[in-house]
Amino acid sequence: MSDAIWYVIGSLADIPARGARTVRIEGLEIAVFRTADDHVFALENRCPHKGGPLADGIVHGRKVACPLHNWVIDLESGRATGADEGCAVEYPVRVDAGEIRLCVPAARAAAE
Amino acid sequence: MKKLVVIGAGMASGRALEHLFEADPAAYEVTLFNAEPRGNYNRIMLSPVLSGEKSYEEIVTHDDAWYAANKVTCRFGERVTAIDLARKVVVGTEGEVAYDKLLVATGSAPFIIPVPGKDLPGVVAYRDLEDTNAMIEAAKPGARAVVIGGGLLGLEAAAGLRLRGMEVTVVHLMGHLMERQLDEAAGYLLRKDLEKRGITILTNASTKAIIGSGRVEGVQLDDGRTISADLVVMAVGIRPETTIARAAGLEVARGIVVTPQMVTSDPDVLALGECVEFQGQLFGLVAPLYDQAKVVAATLTGKGASFAPKELSTKLKVTGCDLFSAGDFSEGSNREDIVLRDPARGVYRRVVLEGDHVIGAVMYGDTAEGSWFFDLIRDKADVSAMRDTLIFGQAYQGGSPLDPMAAVAALPDEAEICGCNGVCKGTIVAAVKDKGLTTLEEVRAVTKASASCGQCTAKVEQVLAVTLGDAFKGSARKTMCKCTDLTHGEVREFIRSKSLKSIPAVMQELGWKTSCGCASCRPALNYYLVCDFPEEYQDDGRSRFVNERLHANIQKDGTFSVVPRMWGGLTTAAELKAIGEIAEKHQVPLVKMTGGQRVDFLGIPKERLTAIWKDLNDAGMVSGHAYSKGLRTVKTCVGKSWCRFGTQDSMGLGVKLEKLMCGSWTPAKVKLAVSGCPRNCSEATVKDIGVICVDSGYDIHVSGAAGLHVRATDLLCHVDTEEEALEVSAAVLQMYREDAFYLERVYKWTERVGLDTVKAAIVDDPASRRAYHERFLVSQKVAQVDPWAERVAGLEAQEFTPIVIEPRLAAE
Ligand code: SRM
Ligand SMILES: Cc1cc2nc3c(=O)[nH]c(=O)nc-3n(C[C@H](O)[C@H](O)[C@H](O)COP(=O)(O)OP(=O)(O)OC[C@H]3O[C@@H](n4cnc5c(N)ncnc54)[C@H](O)[C@@H]3O)c2cc1C
Ligand code: SF4
Ligand code: FES
Repeated sequence: MSDAIWYVIGSLADIPARGARTVRIEGLEIAVFRTADDHVFALENRCPHKGGPLADGIVHGRKVACPLHNWVIDLESGRATGADEGCAVEYPVRVDAGEIRLCVPAARAAAE
Repeated sequence: MKKLVVIGAGMASGRALEHLFEADPAAYEVTLFNAEPRGNYNRIMLSPVLSGEKSYEEIVTHDDAWYAANKVTCRFGERVTAIDLARKVVVGTEGEVAYDKLLVATGSAPFIIPVPGKDLPGVVAYRDLEDTNAMIEAAKPGARAVVIGGGLLGLEAAAGLRLRGMEVTVVHLMGHLMERQLDEAAGYLLRKDLEKRGITILTNASTKAIIGSGRVEGVQLDDGRTISADLVVMAVGIRPETTIARAAGLEVARGIVVTPQMVTSDPDVLALGECVEFQGQLFGLVAPLYDQAKVVAATLTGKGASFAPKELSTKLKVTGCDLFSAGDFSEGSNREDIVLRDPARGVYRRVVLEGDHVIGAVMYGDTAEGSWFFDLIRDKADVSAMRDTLIFGQAYQGGSPLDPMAAVAALPDEAEICGCNGVCKGTIVAAVKDKGLTTLEEVRAVTKASASCGQCTAKVEQVLAVTLGDAFKGSARKTMCKCTDLTHGEVREFIRSKSLKSIPAVMQELGWKTSCGCASCRPALNYYLVCDFPEEYQDDGRSRFVNERLHANIQKDGTFSVVPRMWGGLTTAAELKAIGEIAEKHQVPLVKMTGGQRVDFLGIPKERLTAIWKDLNDAGMVSGHAYSKGLRTVKTCVGKSWCRFGTQDSMGLGVKLEKLMCGSWTPAKVKLAVSGCPRNCSEATVKDIGVICVDSGYDIHVSGAAGLHVRATDLLCHVDTEEEALEVSAAVLQMYREDAFYLERVYKWTERVGLDTVKAAIVDDPASRRAYHERFLVSQKVAQVDPWAERVAGLEAQEFTPIVIEPRLAAE
């Protein structure tokens, strides 16, 4: 078996469109974003700049603007865009029949 | 001959049989089951049948003669209830049939949202001829229909019912129509077209229940509204019809799982159509089903073929609503958007590029180029050579790209520059030369070019530059952001003159260069609309910064601060006690007096906010809006009631001002103070609006600041009574609200427009002052709600609660 665990975290409707929810799993805090066109992305809820809660930022396109100092983070890669450098850990996430499943590496989940 | 049994006579199996008989008419003896009491017809043409543009007979694709000629045993009107894979038989309601090969083509079933009343007579889905006939039956002119679901099917149903004279309302859960196929901008145009034909559209509307005793009478929404209805059409989506396949033990995920050869987990059973799932993908349009049909025929006749899904395109079959959507059109960091809008013609066109390839396209109004873009997407064509002209379509390709200046210089005099007002280049050049014009504003005033939607602003400026040559001073204009060539002021004017009442409306009608704006223009537009249409505009929380969305200030560690109002800086022993108890109860990490004469709780986690607000509400306190571009504080000094120098009741006036103004949204934050005498203990002369009480009345000051800039106020006027002080303050605030640019504080605004302009409107002209005051009161009627109380009562509960997962594992 793989060492990644898929968790059901809720349905698409649980996340506001152009918004995000914070998900707590096994000591991890993950921001799960839903874009205007219903794509879902998951990043560690920590801005690579100074740890701002990305789930509270303004989601535009496939990017989120960090609420603390406005770094713009790419949802697909977790990477800061523009002149800024840094990367938030991304987690695999998928939508299955309206259910959102989030993948957390088992080792990580267990260790923390 | 081998025996082939087919379950479902739909569009997919119909096409598969055609290919099979073509390839080898003698290969199989076919038995065809269909639950519907008829053979195959063109399901997608049910919409023209509904609207009356076609009859059922015209959409039949396979008639009795065809089935007879191909020796198909038809068991129409007979549902298959079971498949026995071990014995290789299919069980119909009227008996078994044995097979050598089985083809499952059961299509899909409409999804019915599980709300109370869903089974009432008068509630129909939209899938087959029975549904269509039920709708036609109900469609008496003047009768009312509610269509739940603003997707492809729902809108075709709505348009058809409307053509039959019904009063139609579409209830759609999402923010814009057809959100899977269209972006917000195209969704706006579609909505406008549908509304023009008399269809009512409700977005962000969630159905709570269908009501009626014995028969449907209406639809109740989550927000409490009820819409009466004689007919309710549910068109919210489809689910693959997999019941018998699952029961038989075939592998089923969301759909019946098939290989690229369209074979299921049983080697003698094939499946195709909307009932299958291929590599995690489901199908809801006919194009891929027809590809599958070819593969099925090949597999059945022993030829190798593989199914590979291709990009899809969508159109809506509503006459007059021209839309096209294909591929993936979401934004991304490595993606580039090219947008073309023609507000005058209601045209929107957007092409999404990734690297040198077109990966998606959305268009509305003029879809003639749709198939060309679709080819570019499917062929993964390299478009780097035509990037600059790509958006204009195929006819514009081939020429060498010009820089915009050279292009404008090369235009003939009769070339039209401003489409709205029909101003051509020659007119502008002549005006510039003859009248000695040097700025865009002058050109606009004289020629009317760019005075209507503003989209040609950049072009008009280029004509000006080309005409003036070196004498052109360059543009001093500061556009709102990279999404538009218009300034804040121009956008505000257009919003009013064209009565644009939503963000997508502004973006389309003013020719925004991006599809949905950015984090800089969205909050500005949201404010402008809140300000101009207080009673109509639906605030877009998603266009607000976190503090205004959560009604608390975010802190460096992601916690929040909570600042309740203390009117005029006044409090009571009871209030302080309650504050102490609440701080203790919730273990508030830090309690601080702010620089604004009130208390701040710091370090509150998001999920505790509503609990604290509730306790504060219960103790009689409300939000202090310490987080808003809105009224913050009104500081006061003790004034005449206690102070030996006090001249007027500064505390009383401060409280009245705060009660009058709290809750209002403004371009930037607004702070007031009232001092009881010119000693000015409440620092009124560094506030946006400051009142200094004097023996003879009140000096009203404006435009102070003590932040990044320290600036003393200017005297606006003197008034004799408290009543006048309140009216002048509110009027000046309203003028600022209506006139300033987003994020421009009062002092910057007055420096831009000149204090005299403000004096003229507020001091010298009593009628104008009263009008501003009146408009302020109207907007306050809507704005003066305690956002905390609303959220304590459950509004936007999602925003405040994280999803916490007890380790519940998904199926591996
Ligand atoms: C809490 C408080 C400091 C305190 O502990 O006393 C405060 C805290 C913040 N101020 Fe302030 N200001 C506070 C009074 C002031 C004052 C004094 C006043 O209001 O009398 C000023 C100078 C007066 C003025 O505004 O001109 C002030 C000028 C600023 C500025 C500069 C504004 C400017 O246009 O130059 C900013 C930055 C901004 O708004 O962009 C700012 C921004 C902030 C922010 C919102 C920074 C931020 O964006 O996160 C701080 C939020 C902390 C929080 O979560 O509450 N704060 N800030 C005061 C809250 C007053 C209240 O009860 O609402
Ligand atoms: C109103 C409408 C408009 C549409 N417009 C478009 C469009 O513009 N463009 C487009 O590409 N697509 C459109 N579609 C979708 C398109 O019609 C479907 O993708 C297509 O019909 C699916 O074909 P199918 O053969 O898989 O299923 P179907 O055509 O649904 O056929 C399945 C058949 O199987 C029968 N069946 C199911 N279970 C059993 C059983 N147990 N026993 C016997 N029979 C059974 C059903 O009665 C049905 O007749 C539209 C659909 C509708 C309803
Ligand atoms: S002065 Fe205002 S913005 Fe600066 S640290 Fe203090 S509270 Fe924050
Ligand atoms: S912490 Fe995110 S931008 Fe500073």
